[in-house]
Amino acid sequence: MTRRDMALFALVALLILGTGFVQSWNSALFILNYGLISAIMALGVNMQWGYAGLFNVGVMGFVALGGLGAVLVSMPPVGEAWAAGGLRMVGALALGLGVIIGAIVLWRRAPAGRWRGLAMVGWLVAGFFAFRAVFDPAVQAIEAVNPAATGYLGGLGLPVLLGWPVGAVLAAGAAWVIGKTALGLRSDYLAIATLGIAEIVIAVLKNEDWLSRGVKNVIGVPRPVPYEVDLQADPGFVAQAEALGLDAVTASTLVVKLAYTGLFAVVLIALIWLSQKALNSPWGRMMRAIRDNEVAAEAMGKDVKARHLQVFILGSAICGLAGAMMVTYDSQLTPSSYQPLRFTFLVWVMVIVGGSGNNWGAVLGGFLIWFLWVQVEPLGAFLMQLLTSGMAEESGLRAHLMESVAHMRLLTMGVILLLVLRFSPRGLIPER
Amino acid sequence: MDLLNALVAFANFVLIPATAYGAQLALGALGVTLIYGILRFSNFAHGDTMAFGTMVTILVTWWLQSMGVTLGPLPTALLALPAGIAATAALLLATDRMVYRFYRQQRAKPVILVIVSMGVMFILNGLVRFIIGPDDQRFADGERFIVSAGTFRQMTGLAEGLAIRTTQGITIVTALIVVAALFWFLTYTRTGKSMRAFSDNEDLALLSGINPERVVAITWVIVAVLATVAGVLYGLDKTFKPFTYFQLLLPIFAAAIVGGLGSPLGAIAGGFLIAFSEVTVTYAWKKVLTYLAPEGLEPEGLVQLLSTDYKFAVSFVILVIVLLFRPTGLFRGKSV
Repeated sequence: MTRRDMALFALVALLILGTGFVQSWNSALFILNYGLISAIMALGVNMQWGYAGLFNVGVMGFVALGGLGAVLVSMPPVGEAWAAGGLRMVGALALGLGVIIGAIVLWRRAPAGRWRGLAMVGWLVAGFFAFRAVFDPAVQAIEAVNPAATGYLGGLGLPVLLGWPVGAVLAAGAAWVIGKTALGLRSDYLAIATLGIAEIVIAVLKNEDWLSRGVKNVIGVPRPVPYEVDLQADPGFVAQAEALGLDAVTASTLVVKLAYTGLFAVVLIALIWLSQKALNSPWGRMMRAIRDNEVAAEAMGKDVKARHLQVFILGSAICGLAGAMMVTYDSQLTPSSYQPLRFTFLVWVMVIVGGSGNNWGAVLGGFLIWFLWVQVEPLGAFLMQLLTSGMAEESGLRAHLMESVAHMRLLTMGVILLLVLRFSPRGLIPER
Repeated sequence: MDLLNALVAFANFVLIPATAYGAQLALGALGVTLIYGILRFSNFAHGDTMAFGTMVTILVTWWLQSMGVTLGPLPTALLALPAGIAATAALLLATDRMVYRFYRQQRAKPVILVIVSMGVMFILNGLVRFIIGPDDQRFADGERFIVSAGTFRQMTGLAEGLAIRTTQGITIVTALIVVAALFWFLTYTRTGKSMRAFSDNEDLALLSGINPERVVAITWVIVAVLATVAGVLYGLDKTFKPFTYFQLLLPIFAAAIVGGLGSPLGAIAGGFLIAFSEVTVTYAWKKVLTYLAPEGLEPEGLVQLLSTDYKFAVSFVILVIVLLFRPTGLFRGKSV
């Protein structure tokens, strides 16, 4: 890191500290924690785009899969639902997988020709109906079990921290499937394919109630840190808080947030360390060589497609990890809150603004853009107040303008992205 | 066994809605494919361009309605359409001047232009929400049906009704006119020929004295027409909501890629292929099958292959199949 980079990080730290002094420490910690998560997502995307030039616009899907991983590991299992249709569901999923593997084997083994295509279509159609025949009753049985409170299979009841790597693995699995299909084709095709898979992941989370409770949301995901109420009930903690001049309620929320900050910071530091090592290793040089000239790299005997697949899976796994952390922090999985503009394109703005190809740049972009994303709204409201102060109090235009302030952030992000791309295309901390 | 009623039910719930939807997708995909052919990048802002054009049209429609101007049985939005097209064309030309031209002159890689279009998408998205808000807007007026289910039943004496909504009729007619005009323009006019030449071989076109800036400007204007018409037709047929238009990006791109990026004919074929697959796979076939099945063998369930929430999955699966087996699309588009 050069002195300039340090100054940029210090600036972001100042912005967050300023939030603490001007607004409240709770919101400052909120920005910091989400900034840590955003920085991890940006690291993942930077790995794909900055190291290898892969254009992934399905970040949202991988983040959501990571969140699902956290839920599936940490929520207590619903015994009744498992008894009602658990085994049948497992059987249905195994059957579905078997049909797909069977189709692939059929395609590879059978002699080419018209009969092969017909046989595969027949196999897939028959397989689809067989799958639905097993699957549908299982879904009904599971969702019938106390739908207001559970109505799903639940998770494994293990500590939520174990869910983080599981979320990463889930995202990696999805990335493998996508990468196998779309890598090696043109760059835009990968973009559309990832855009599609992200929408499908969200559709699955919203509609498969047996898996994720759908739009009923999974709430109360267990925490790796103490609960506020427990802290407030602890006389020792209250005494300490009072000694610091804080009331117990504020102190407990701050302590919980700080505990999360510590956990997230450990993950982020480990990831930065690993990705810096990777970037400066022969592997990292090879990735950049492939990015800069695929043909030359191939001529040197590098397996471009396999390397692309590898880095695509790694980056997606990191996005999944960030998703699992986010669900843990929110203590809930709300499928309808996953919006592509927020989870895919905003992360892209972070990477581009921070500096693609540079891990520190991605991290800086994650913090800075997240800060702006949160603060543009109050800032815009303030500006609008100022601009419209001359208008009549009951003016319809004024009411409309004040109401629309919430959409200022999209506009701002677009302008920032375009300005950076035009005047500083290598980002705030360029690759070196 | 009741073939006639089955056929009517099929036409009412699958054939007509899918044709209208297919026409809307085809118009959207034509815009995407034209930009791809001439400017050589995938425009992620296309869905939001459609939303912008529709928004202007809606605002003008409201103004016209408030002045008491209507088109009688036809929706007033048709009268407002030229204003929407003009505003969109102005917006696209300004965007090209301020944003895209710089990268064109730099001969930037296509993927950079895609990222730039992402920034434009953000801005348009914010602009539309800022002006009209993120909520649903209905702006269809005039006669609701060309043929309503009740009248059809009276006319034919069949148990099933066949309804053709005015918006569906208008969609199909307008799409036909626009597509015919576009193909006539591309095939027979001098400008259209120069556009095709530019798309086929940029260097050769430049060598023969074609002015690239003019070709690009005309492309944007045509795209403005296509995007606004597609957006307004979709909004009339269903409803206008900025986020839905953003989501249309996926089926539109799927249509353009399936047909072969850069191929106008392919975009139309792709649009209808995607629309028909979406509607047939997500339609509950119980009614049609009940008429068709022999006595006593009627299906019990809904016979719906996938719930409507998975319609994106359909366009996605088709896209993947085409990518796996015929990466340049059905009509052999270009591959940069």
